[in-house]
Amino acid sequence: MHCLALEKLYFEREDLPLFGGLSASWQSGSIVQIAGHNGCGKTTLLRMIAGLLQPSSGRVLWDDKANRGLSFQSKLLFLGHQVGVKMTMTALENLRWFFALHGRKSADKTPEVSRDELLEALERVGLRAYADTPAHSMSAGQQRRIALARLFISEAPLWILDEPFTAIDKHGVSELEQRIDKHAASGGIVLLTTHQRWSAPSFQVLDLEQYKGRAVDV
Amino acid sequence: MSDIRLPSSGFYEAFRRECLTAVRNRSELFNPLIFFLSIIMFVPLGVSPDAKALAPIAPGMIWIVALLALLLSLDKVFQSDYEDGCLEQMLLSGQSMYLVVIAKVLAHWCFTGLLLTLLSPVLGLMMALPGEAYIALMASLLLGTGALSFIGAVGAALTVSLRRGGLLLSLIIIPLYVPVLIFGTSAVRSAALGDPWTGPLAVVAAMCLCAMMLAPLAVVGALKISLEN
Repeated sequence: MHCLALEKLYFEREDLPLFGGLSASWQSGSIVQIAGHNGCGKTTLLRMIAGLLQPSSGRVLWDDKANRGLSFQSKLLFLGHQVGVKMTMTALENLRWFFALHGRKSADKTPEVSRDELLEALERVGLRAYADTPAHSMSAGQQRRIALARLFISEAPLWILDEPFTAIDKHGVSELEQRIDKHAASGGIVLLTTHQRWSAPSFQVLDLEQYKGRAVDV
Repeated sequence: MSDIRLPSSGFYEAFRRECLTAVRNRSELFNPLIFFLSIIMFVPLGVSPDAKALAPIAPGMIWIVALLALLLSLDKVFQSDYEDGCLEQMLLSGQSMYLVVIAKVLAHWCFTGLLLTLLSPVLGLMMALPGEAYIALMASLLLGTGALSFIGAVGAALTVSLRRGGLLLSLIIIPLYVPVLIFGTSAVRSAALGDPWTGPLAVVAAMCLCAMMLAPLAVVGALKISLEN
């Protein structure tokens, strides 16, 4: 059982408050959509929870601990706007590099991921035939799919996905939704920004609009 | 903690991947080498082909051009990984970023400093460098370019989020390059004159090891700051 908690998060950029007074907590099994208009700080919040950005005040707690070093990172899968796919490397090489560094991040399986598993993940995102094609000769959607193939292997308890469905077709989106549901059902926490909604029982929405521009002490 | 893996795999993978991407980017790979080669080729043409005129300036000339060639290639070290999001994946991988940075810089050095060192005897020949100085030239460049790569990586990490960081990078880095240049050239000059040259070389070696150990700490810190933007 894991728990992610935000404690009175406040963030300002160039002296302008972006959001403030943001407190929330989620248990294993939650799928949380961060909602709000463009520029209200969705990406900022996700990067902050991932530990790439420090809040101006407030804390992010993982399993009630604020120190989020290597042991927190070994529980985390983060997918940002730039997905981290190298254009000069093939789909398989990209995936191989990712899991050699990150590992499966599972509690009870070995971190090493075999070549067959990598190929199977590529199959799931429809790129099996392109395993040895350099990413630069693929379409934008296919390049993103290389990164999304990570989701079919990773068992990191916390997934943070920033607009995972961008440039993905309908069929791909529903496959991913199923995978995200399954991940939550097996005890993961998924945080994502998207305009998609689906009918999972554990689906929650955090509306950033209500925290917009608030000062520190609210 | 059992869920943190041995860092050696991170080091190996990062190094392997850097080499792979460097080899696939062939045009950029040879830029510093071509720069190095062409300037040294122009010196005998522009200054004088006379060995008596060239020999005294040879150690300094070769060292300066090697330093500039390295400086030119530096802003590429973290640039592409910053732009495509690989850098944040490295930072969040749960692996020691210190080792990943060492692997990255070492790979960069293999395709710049090491190649320049291997090429340097040919250039020594063009510059009429006395025969006694070749070993000193190669040894000092081998260790010196290592120091330059690691020191330069700090500047590259600090300026990676700036769109045109090249000039700032040079301003930050050039003062730190001065000691390496002074001791590197003095080793070669002493050797050319037939004097003992291991003293200055030992200083270069010490600088190389210090840079290798300490610079990655600064690089990791600088990359974290750069990613906050």
